Amino acid sequence: MGRIDGRGALLVIAGLVTACEGKSAGGIAPQTMTDALFSVMSADRLVYTREVVNRLQNEEKVLNATEHFRDEKTLPLPAQMFRMGSEASQKQNPGFTYSLLSLWPVNKQNAPKTELEKKALALVAESGKNFYGEEELGGKRYFTAVYPDKAVSEACVSCHNQHEDSPRKDFKLEQVMGAVVIRVPLGT
Amino acid sequence: MQVRALTALVLSTGLGAFYVAPFVGLGDGTRHLPGRTSDGHHQIESACASCHDAMTGATNERCLACHGADLEASEDSHSEAKFRDPRNAERIAAMDASRCTTCHAEHTPGRTRVGGVTVPADFCVRCHADIAEERPSHADFRFDGCAASGCHNFHDNRALYRDYLLRHADAPDVLPVALVPARSATVAEPNPSERCEECHAREREGFLRGRHGMRLAQGLSPMSPRLGRLELRAEALDETLGCTTCHGAHVNDTAKAAVDACLGCHDDAHSRAYERSKHFALWEAELAGRGPPGSGVSCATCHMPRQRVREKGVEVVRVDHDQNGNLRPSTKMLRTVCTRCHGLALSIDALADAELAGPKCFEGRPSRRVESIELARRHARENPNQREEKKDGKD
Repeated sequence: MGRIDGRGALLVIAGLVTACEGKSAGGIAPQTMTDALFSVMSADRLVYTREVVNRLQNEEKVLNATEHFRDEKTLPLPAQMFRMGSEASQKQNPGFTYSLLSLWPVNKQNAPKTELEKKALALVAESGKNFYGEEELGGKRYFTAVYPDKAVSEACVSCHNQHEDSPRKDFKLEQVMGAVVIRVPLGT
Repeated sequence: MQVRALTALVLSTGLGAFYVAPFVGLGDGTRHLPGRTSDGHHQIESACASCHDAMTGATNERCLACHGADLEASEDSHSEAKFRDPRNAERIAAMDASRCTTCHAEHTPGRTRVGGVTVPADFCVRCHADIAEERPSHADFRFDGCAASGCHNFHDNRALYRDYLLRHADAPDVLPVALVPARSATVAEPNPSERCEECHAREREGFLRGRHGMRLAQGLSPMSPRLGRLELRAEALDETLGCTTCHGAHVNDTAKAAVDACLGCHDDAHSRAYERSKHFALWEAELAGRGPPGSGVSCATCHMPRQRVREKGVEVVRVDHDQNGNLRPSTKMLRTVCTRCHGLALSIDALADAELAGPKCFEGRPSRRVESIELARRHARENPNQREEKKDGKD
């Protein structure tokens, strides 16, 4: 996948929301859209994890990231940051959805649920490569892209390996811990 | 023929106007009510347009116009946005929780429960039937009990979680320092007029959100005890509710506003029991100078709690004038009220005891122990290593 800057990605997204709904014959392919979206999401996620959480918590040891960050006056966990962004985005009805899922979720609501998710998360965890497919949910067809989500810093590994609700406690740096799933609706 | 056509036109226009007018904000819609309105909305039932569009009915947008800020602040666990994700399509098919009216149907008195909820109390089972796989400790729990003891709520789940329960598990029934914070002074604007909100905008906002001000917020006449459904004093029926009803126009006596003003109208069992309670004895002691400032418990201590908020970057203590805000659901009181003076265990048990929290006005002991703290303790015992690691601050 070629590198796309933030503004370029947004232009692609704007064009593709229309195209994917089948309103434009000359639109951009759904995969180009999801790849563009993922480039922005993963860059933000990487920067927050490394430059905010890992730096303040693990290196400079001045401020932890914890699940109940409001009560404890700490930083949101990277996964919470990602989900808050997803929910804020959905309030704008952007025409696509995204989520962070795992075969070993701390919160069981984030386990794969659809048949495609189950198959894709297993493949992505094994290969470390993107997965693309189509599925029908609630009577609508979707293009679903699944991107591996790797442990990019010590903060990811130590938190998941120690969390009492984590079903897996032997993660290592750079291993696939889960996946970002992006869906765009397809025209009928 | 022309006369008949003209008559039909006039009649149909008149009838149309008669039925449609209240939905566009004109006229009294009380005559159109299809059934008794819920306790939460009956005050504004004559203003159909508050909740209904003439063509689309009651939409989420209308609900959120009043309840949106509260839901936003509550970090809504089941927000509409979450259900937009197609991976929840199956859940939507089981129960369309993306629409407010799925669980809060209005004008259906036969099935309306506390909080205006109109689905059966065990509705959680529709999506969380497999909860015991995730929480084996919950295997024997009934689904109509999820919210009954304050452990879980559909929207607001901020109050209780495992670490919080453990942190406060051993707190005594009455804390060593049992005081509410002192109110911060309000600095008057230069040359204030007679309009209270010029200096008390926050207080007015709260008042308009609550049961005392919600009619004014919808452009209706002020609330009056005559319009109320609670047991209210006959001599107060013609009062109308504004700032000066409780505070007085010329004498700003907040002690009077915190108890006397309330009991001047409210005459139900809970209100009557207050004056026989230890809370009231503490209030009298504080007023008489026998107790330190902040040690008394007035009606306002619980129903209009003092909250720490930031104004212009500075933390101040203000009174929340939405007297119903921490009753939606009542477990909101745990953080803002009860645990300022009492241990968490006693507070959870007291709020879960309908008799104690209702007609007894918290005079007496809870009749049963809610298991939540014990469940958290058991979990910690079964996962000792992880608990130790957390204490080391590695999370």
